[in-house]
Amino acid sequence: MSEVPRFWRESKHRYRLVGTRCENCGNLYFPPRDICPTCRRESINKMKEEELSGEGEVYSYTVVHDGLEQFKMQVPYIIAIIKTKEGPLITGQIVDCNPDDVKIGSQVKSTLRKVRTEGKSGIIQYGYKFILK
Amino acid sequence: MRDVYIIGVGSTKYGELWDMSLRELASEAGLKALMDAGIKAEEIDALYGANTSAGQFIDQEHIAALISDYSGISELGIPAVRIEAGAASGGAALNQAYLAVKSGQYDTVVVGGVEKMTDVPSEVANEIIGGSLDAEWETFFGVTEASVAAMIAKRHEYDERVKREHYAVFPVISHKHASMNPSSHFKNVIKLEDVINASPVAEPLTVYDTAPLSDGASAIVITADKKKIKESENPIRIKASTMANDFLSLHDRKKIDSFKAVNKSVKEALKQSGLNLGNIDGYEIHDSYSIGSLIQMEEIFGKEAIKMVENNEYYFNSSHPLNVSGGLKAHGNPLGAVGLYQAIEATIQLRGKAGERQIKGSKNMLIHNMGGLGTTSVTTILGVE
Ligand SMILES: [Zn+2]
Repeated sequence: MSEVPRFWRESKHRYRLVGTRCENCGNLYFPPRDICPTCRRESINKMKEEELSGEGEVYSYTVVHDGLEQFKMQVPYIIAIIKTKEGPLITGQIVDCNPDDVKIGSQVKSTLRKVRTEGKSGIIQYGYKFILK
Repeated sequence: MRDVYIIGVGSTKYGELWDMSLRELASEAGLKALMDAGIKAEEIDALYGANTSAGQFIDQEHIAALISDYSGISELGIPAVRIEAGAASGGAALNQAYLAVKSGQYDTVVVGGVEKMTDVPSEVANEIIGGSLDAEWETFFGVTEASVAAMIAKRHEYDERVKREHYAVFPVISHKHASMNPSSHFKNVIKLEDVINASPVAEPLTVYDTAPLSDGASAIVITADKKKIKESENPIRIKASTMANDFLSLHDRKKIDSFKAVNKSVKEALKQSGLNLGNIDGYEIHDSYSIGSLIQMEEIFGKEAIKMVENNEYYFNSSHPLNVSGGLKAHGNPLGAVGLYQAIEATIQLRGKAGERQIKGSKNMLIHNMGGLGTTSVTTILGVE
């Protein structure tokens, strides 16, 4: 299965943290959605793209020891849910730090990194990761 | 509307069954269920197959047709369909079969669940299990299902002052019970320290906080046919069958350390059955992760759930027997089959045939099967009249 179209489709959102805001209720969503789960049909054609700052704090996290095949070389790695300054929670890795330095509430910002090499095509996929501020 | 009964149950052993294929497992469970029900294949109106990921585990889709074929019933032309809802596939298939029989469309249906997980290395299995998460916004970044459970645990400790011991105890309970169940994957008893000090999977969770990779199959015959119910030695009534869903990913939920869908499906099931928690004699819940067990019990009992841990109330001879089968953790975790095994254990308990792990005088059992961590929730209440 070719991963190229799938990768390309989400690249903007992954490179620049582009979410969507519902112009009906004002809620901001990341990952982007076409339909607001609060307003449902009222939100159709009212979801507008909006870039997040990438700044936020650690809402929860874990150190993964039993990782996915693709991430075996990185074990142990930190996976976290970040509460962004703008509101939405985002799941991603925290890198460039000692796991002991991460706490709930630690301030972070996003950075663009290589995430994985996809399947047989060997395409390198980039996306956001977080670093401590 | 008419009542629906379980009249037959059958299960393979659960474990690393290297000498058995998916089709052999499924047909063994199905045949056992039919024999237990005392009916012939000609009397089946439909087959509902539950399976989570055979396409990835063994490169096989179209599972219900395969099971039907290798159970030797293809000549009969019985309709066969697969139901997939992550690890809630078994419960969801039972729910769909129940609705079909309840509606009057079918009289007698076989529901069979199967998973063959040990043909692939464990890293690959991890990847496949992660398939119940969001591929674009979770697994893409290296998120495993265990890491999701771990983040729930971390936040729950932070917000609710829950201690590690409050959830590390659930695997201890399941292992204790599994040691009394002959079909269990694991029969060893473990201690709280074993759970906390085992090798880490996703901190704070260790390998003992998580259910194993198992092969296995389970099947159930349900009917609303008056004659079959009458002829059955001990028919067990399905008093309620409900489902509810939540956001696929934790990051979209308002509170990541709660399972809203569980609360909803359990409440609706109690309402449907006309029972309250005081009428329930035992619980089988989805203990794929220790923290998941605690959150499920909190959704059912509120803050009492923690006190019940502290008072050792979840053991089989105590006030709220939990996972007396051994649960997914120790009886085994063949994804698509577990929801059905939960119903089988409840049936065995209600028939009074559970041997040394029998819950005394049990009249009603509540079972909860889950896909993802709180994403898909299926509650079933079984009871004797
Ligand atoms: Zn809205």
